[in-house]
Amino acid sequence: MLTTSSPPRADRLLSWGLRLAGAAAVLVLGGIVLVLLMQSAPFLLDHGSDLWRNDWQPGQARYGMAAMVAGSIVVSVLALLLAGPLAVLLAAWLRYFAPALRRPMLALVELMAGIPSVVYGLWGMLVLVPWINQWAPPGASWLAASLVLALMILPLALLVTDTALGQLPVRYLQAGQALSLSRVGMLRRVLLPQAGASIVSGLVLQFGRALGETMAVLMVAGNVVQWPGSLFDPVRTLTANIALEMAYATGDHRVALFASGLLLLLVTALLLLLSWRLRGEKHALA
Amino acid sequence: MQQKMWGALLCVLAMMGCQPATDKLVITGSSTIAPLMAELAERFEAQTGVQVDVQSGGSGRGISDVRQGLADLGMVSRALKQDEQDLAGHVIARDGIALIVHAENPVAPLTRDQIIAIYTGKLDSWSLLGGADRPITVVHKADGRSTQELFLEHFGLDNDQVRADLVIGENQQGIKAVAGDPYAIGYVSIGTAVYEADHDVPLRLLPLQGVPASLAALEQGDYPLSRELNLVSRGELKRQAKALLDFLADPAQAEIYHAYYFLPATR
Repeated sequence: MLTTSSPPRADRLLSWGLRLAGAAAVLVLGGIVLVLLMQSAPFLLDHGSDLWRNDWQPGQARYGMAAMVAGSIVVSVLALLLAGPLAVLLAAWLRYFAPALRRPMLALVELMAGIPSVVYGLWGMLVLVPWINQWAPPGASWLAASLVLALMILPLALLVTDTALGQLPVRYLQAGQALSLSRVGMLRRVLLPQAGASIVSGLVLQFGRALGETMAVLMVAGNVVQWPGSLFDPVRTLTANIALEMAYATGDHRVALFASGLLLLLVTALLLLLSWRLRGEKHALA
Repeated sequence: MQQKMWGALLCVLAMMGCQPATDKLVITGSSTIAPLMAELAERFEAQTGVQVDVQSGGSGRGISDVRQGLADLGMVSRALKQDEQDLAGHVIARDGIALIVHAENPVAPLTRDQIIAIYTGKLDSWSLLGGADRPITVVHKADGRSTQELFLEHFGLDNDQVRADLVIGENQQGIKAVAGDPYAIGYVSIGTAVYEADHDVPLRLLPLQGVPASLAALEQGDYPLSRELNLVSRGELKRQAKALLDFLADPAQAEIYHAYYFLPATR
């Protein structure tokens, strides 16, 4: 790259443009946090201690959100447990064991990633829920929500893993072959550990997406406010709660929903921090 | 949301002074009525040029706005209470709530006590009602919906007594849930249920206290679980408000009411 003491006009314009864009991103995020804080502050002062109870009856001014926080987390965790390993295995298999299938499969997966979430929700509601209902009524449940979410996050998790594996230096592969390592051994001992950080960061992003997903979950989770006791129990997530009640809420109830949005933001932020810690703060998320 | 944006747009236009303020009507209140009113208001505007600003925010807001003079008309999706006699009510439509089960569910008409027992979780298998030995999937509405309020009020229940298996938002979600589960019971707006059952959706509307759940029974005033949709006003009506009420009562608008599954009030 060439550098001169006084950069040309175009470069300066570009640099200012980038700074502006960066500032805009920060401002928007800051604005969201500020609005959520301002909207929910009076409520948090009045009812803050009630939030952690498991008793959501806004009609009677009882605003316990604990069960919904738990609902949000368990639904997303199970989705990630289902989709994560599958995505990693599938990506590795396509890249190293079945390269002929890789292109068509990735095209299919990209198509899957482009399907709107409501369509997944509709499928879950019309096919998955009645099916689960035959074995374990009512069907709309923690399991149904996690399965739909797993299906939704699988494509991007797979693509991210594929990219992470693709970015590994070719010499690892060559060295492995020169040492006549088995393909499985090479994958397990060399390739996956090397790509691990990028894979985990991709999965964390997908976890955040699962946590924030609203419509698809709303359609299949059953939305009963209760502790998730079994896989077949209906649960309500924080996002579903906001979508269900915001249009009809007034006064304190409405503010309580803003507070639950703030809560969701906090949970997401904490999870991100945790994942950075786990990865030894190697690099921030892309 | 749409009405709100529409309302906000109208506010901006009004502030810009595009129209004299007297040529404008403000209607606030029930979110049940608001979508219907927004569409009717749009037609009224096209015909008369009078601006109508429709904002939803619950029946309570409709009443307080009219009392404070912030709105010309308030939308109230229930009958007026004893302490609201200072307001004049104009019934524009009727709506009812039907209990629905899957078409294959053989259950006999349920009594009031049986419905209460089902919704409070005391009765949780169809075998106790002459059906299959399967648990009952209780479909309930989310908080704040007037359908839910009316249902709870009719059966004398508090929301925290209800033991639901599935909590839904829109009527359509309730229809899909019950049509997809032979062992579910739910309640939705009567018009929606009748429409879907007529269009080959596997639903059965349960009669209530011996009265079949039909638009005809609703029209005759026999159906017990029904409500009136009101516009309320205080004192002398504006000329434009009078014109709007006449417009709403015009039989030519009936199809719009039906599109929202309401029964236009007959005068």
